[in-house]
Amino acid sequence: MRVPTVLILGANAGIGRALAVEFATHQRDLILAGRDLEELHALAADLHLRYNVNARAQEVDVLNFEAMESALGGCLSDSLEGVVLCTGYLGDPEKARGDLQEARRILDTNFTGSALALQYLANHLEHQGKGFICALSSVAGDRGRQSNYLYGSAKGGLTTYLQGLRNRLHHSGVKVITVKPGFVDTRMVFGKGKLPLVASPEVVAGSIYQAVKHGRDVVYVPWFWRIIMLLVCSIPEGLFKRLRL
Amino acid sequence: MTPAFTIQALSGWGRYPVELCHLFRPEKRSEVAATMASGLQPSYISRGLGRSYGDAALNKDAGVIWHALLNRFLSFDRASGILECESGVSLAEIIHYFLPRGWFLPVTPGTKFVTVGGAIAADIHGKNHHKDGSFSNFVLDFHLLTPTGEVMRCSPASNPDIFWATVGGMGLTGMLLAARIQLRRVDSAYVYVDYYKAVNLEDALATMEESDERYDYSVAWIDALATGKNMGRSVLMRGNHAAGTELPARLRESGRGIGGNSGVPLRPPWNLFMDFPSGMLNRLTVTAFNTTYYALHRTAARQLVGFEKFFYPLDALDHWNRMYGKRGFVQYQIALPQASGRAGLRTILDRMARSGRASFLAVLKRFGDSGPGLLSFPMRGYTLALDIPAARGLVPFLHELDRMTLDHGGRIYLAKDAVLRPGDFAAMYPRLDGFRAIQRKLDPKRLLSSSLARRLRICDL
Repeated sequence: MRVPTVLILGANAGIGRALAVEFATHQRDLILAGRDLEELHALAADLHLRYNVNARAQEVDVLNFEAMESALGGCLSDSLEGVVLCTGYLGDPEKARGDLQEARRILDTNFTGSALALQYLANHLEHQGKGFICALSSVAGDRGRQSNYLYGSAKGGLTTYLQGLRNRLHHSGVKVITVKPGFVDTRMVFGKGKLPLVASPEVVAGSIYQAVKHGRDVVYVPWFWRIIMLLVCSIPEGLFKRLRL
Repeated sequence: MTPAFTIQALSGWGRYPVELCHLFRPEKRSEVAATMASGLQPSYISRGLGRSYGDAALNKDAGVIWHALLNRFLSFDRASGILECESGVSLAEIIHYFLPRGWFLPVTPGTKFVTVGGAIAADIHGKNHHKDGSFSNFVLDFHLLTPTGEVMRCSPASNPDIFWATVGGMGLTGMLLAARIQLRRVDSAYVYVDYYKAVNLEDALATMEESDERYDYSVAWIDALATGKNMGRSVLMRGNHAAGTELPARLRESGRGIGGNSGVPLRPPWNLFMDFPSGMLNRLTVTAFNTTYYALHRTAARQLVGFEKFFYPLDALDHWNRMYGKRGFVQYQIALPQASGRAGLRTILDRMARSGRASFLAVLKRFGDSGPGLLSFPMRGYTLALDIPAARGLVPFLHELDRMTLDHGGRIYLAKDAVLRPGDFAAMYPRLDGFRAIQRKLDPKRLLSSSLARRLRICDL
């Protein structure tokens, strides 16, 4: 029997790397995709040596729209069990006020590039008639606020995209899992001062694996962010716009 | 993108001193170079698991590059046992993944929670130093990122001067990125241990002298508070790896005999979650402990002991350093040459016993020959390690011990040190000038520094 393979987009760091480890401990073969091939090779070797799984590196840049199909085409196979999309770019919100290139980079990475990648991969899984698509959105996508609304709006767009995709793929048997992480101890959080309730990537990856395993629709990780965001979203706009968030 | 850092109060394992440092956490090797080239900090030093005791991995108000996420295994040759890994890989990880395949560390300190990078930078030693020498003997080569941004492959054959400056060089020649090390083939996760209760220092040293060659590993717990005719009373623990066929059937069959079935924890199973009050380990409590511990031990031959218990008795309790309370402690470890070693040990143990200070964990061992590492610590003779709680008057007291050590031709282990002075340091390390010349060449812009380096003026020409 062929070992089920999981494709991880954005596997090099943070939650993506932790998820690669998580799936490897559950004996999945892996395709590690991202921009830095040298780093991906190192991670692939590491996962093979630790967990005795096959892992290979594939260069994919979600910002390179033209090359997307050919890059992702190299990731397809009959043993593909599912896709985890972990690409994300918080960027510099201050800089993005005046620098439209930075603004575009934030929007394109988190929405356009991510959605296009999934759009391509969804066809393969739909044709296969089984599998999963798990994508990291963000709690920031639940409500726009001044400190990160470019990132938040792109993630909000991705959340909506995933909703539609879930609806489309439901009858084909392909699960679509939307993950909304809160603060996680990755590059996005490190060096940003003291933040409350920061979770480790390993803990978050464990929860995401469970969500995939049980075919959940939308999960907040850690779980209590669902309550926090419920409260945040219940504040009337007239009041919310006055807050410094 | 500018590398992000966080300002954090850091300390070594002794929790003395504590200093504010600017901590970076690169996730890719290229980010290490980018950080060093960023101009954000006046200087940088590498940090792994923070198990050096003093200020070696601190850089007050400057950059500390944490290798926590640069911890990938890169390749392993199952025929030869050569492991290539990144510098942030811990010895615990190596044991966890490779002991069940029949490979163990060639040299290990008393904790497995140190990184490969730290092991090279401190040129660590273990209970087998009298036979196998220090860690660098098993380092085939490494990749060193120098402050100019160049990545150099160094081995005893290529760039040997940089290799031997980096080994024991306390991170001051560059950032270690990856290394190839030779693991040791073992047949089981167990050690046959012979215990011997020595009545005093003479007895301990004579027994070690006579029997060490028959053992791969030899170390003694020593009661540093015993005086008079009991001075230096010890429990010698000497062992050899057990062959798989010597194990009881239940261990052989379950796989535990070779560390399988998750027999090797990646994290300590227990956690000391709060500080003891400072001063709880005092003269009275430690004397009581030492007396009991010594009384309970028996001379016994061929005891089958798991490697965890034999090599890493304290690793079972995470944050055991909290026993010393908030004020922390200093581990004072010295090496003394063969010729004057006995007299030196006697002088220092006597001074220690008379000081009224407590030393909870004291360890005595014989060293084999020193290696070529320019700042490597071991020298043929003896080594003594004392854990001393930080308390009023500790620094002048240790300076007094420094003087005694120096008078007997000995030296202080930099990985443990927190209080040594530059003059004494220079006198203890005769190859310092050679180190400085190479260091200066590698780091013309003085981008590498640490609190230890500044305190001891290691890089000053």
